[in-house]
Amino acid sequence: MENLGYLLAAYTIIWAVVFGYVLFMQRKQRRLQRQINLLKESMQKQNSPTLPNP
Amino acid sequence: MKSRHILRDNILFGLGFALMIAALYMVFVYVPTEKETGIVQRIFYFHVPVAWVCFLAFFITFIFSILYLWKRATKWDAIAHASAEVGIIFATLVLITGPIWAKPVWGIWWTWDARLTTSLVLWLIYVAYLLVRSFATEPERGARFGAVVGIVGFIDVPVVFLTVNLWRTQHPTTMIFEGGLATPMLMTLLVCIIAFTVLYVLLTVQSANLKSMETEIKRLKSAQAEQEDIDLWRT
Repeated sequence: MENLGYLLAAYTIIWAVVFGYVLFMQRKQRRLQRQINLLKESMQKQNSPTLPNP
Repeated sequence: MKSRHILRDNILFGLGFALMIAALYMVFVYVPTEKETGIVQRIFYFHVPVAWVCFLAFFITFIFSILYLWKRATKWDAIAHASAEVGIIFATLVLITGPIWAKPVWGIWWTWDARLTTSLVLWLIYVAYLLVRSFATEPERGARFGAVVGIVGFIDVPVVFLTVNLWRTQHPTTMIFEGGLATPMLMTLLVCIIAFTVLYVLLTVQSANLKSMETEIKRLKSAQAEQEDIDLWRT
């Protein structure tokens, strides 16, 4: 069991980096989706005809 | 269309998860411990697949960069960009797991031999690829410059691969498919390579989706600005 620490360190780092990247992508996706929804909403408001004041 | 994408992503995720569990089982339970270097040799089963995925990722960037320069379609650029990003993640892992394996076996973390140096140069080339893209004033210009770096930078991939056979290096030579590995070791390595390839595909697809969403945001913003100009002109 000599050098077990090196083995554990290597595998831990691999998984930490992969999970970190997945988390980063997930957060980015949420942020971009929110931005897309907001833009679409504001464009819909812009395009909807406003009634003239009486 | 969207449900087809969700199904594809779920299949990829399920396949990747099952393969990764199988790979971990084979690495830690199935495969026997190597006699000379001991338990630390098990780093090999993830270090080599990670390096393979890194080469594959840069190859995909190379192909899709050529396609982008030829057709100028943003979807090709999105794939090239996503693949380079994932490739850098895996290149970073190669540069981290290599020294962790080297320390107990060679007694040193790092040496400036041909394989290690060209690997570091490869990492720097693709970091430059991302920097060139992010520093460009216009996205189209960044994509164009990035594509050139993605094509020229790929020259280093065969160089990295051949260094151990062309020069005398500290790094072991590629003897995997020349009968240098016992059958259980070879089987374990192959399962790990397939598992990491599926992981690469999954990550690249997700990353390319994000690039497409960014393009959609830019399109919506410019459409909104155009609409505001028209409204201003009307009033």
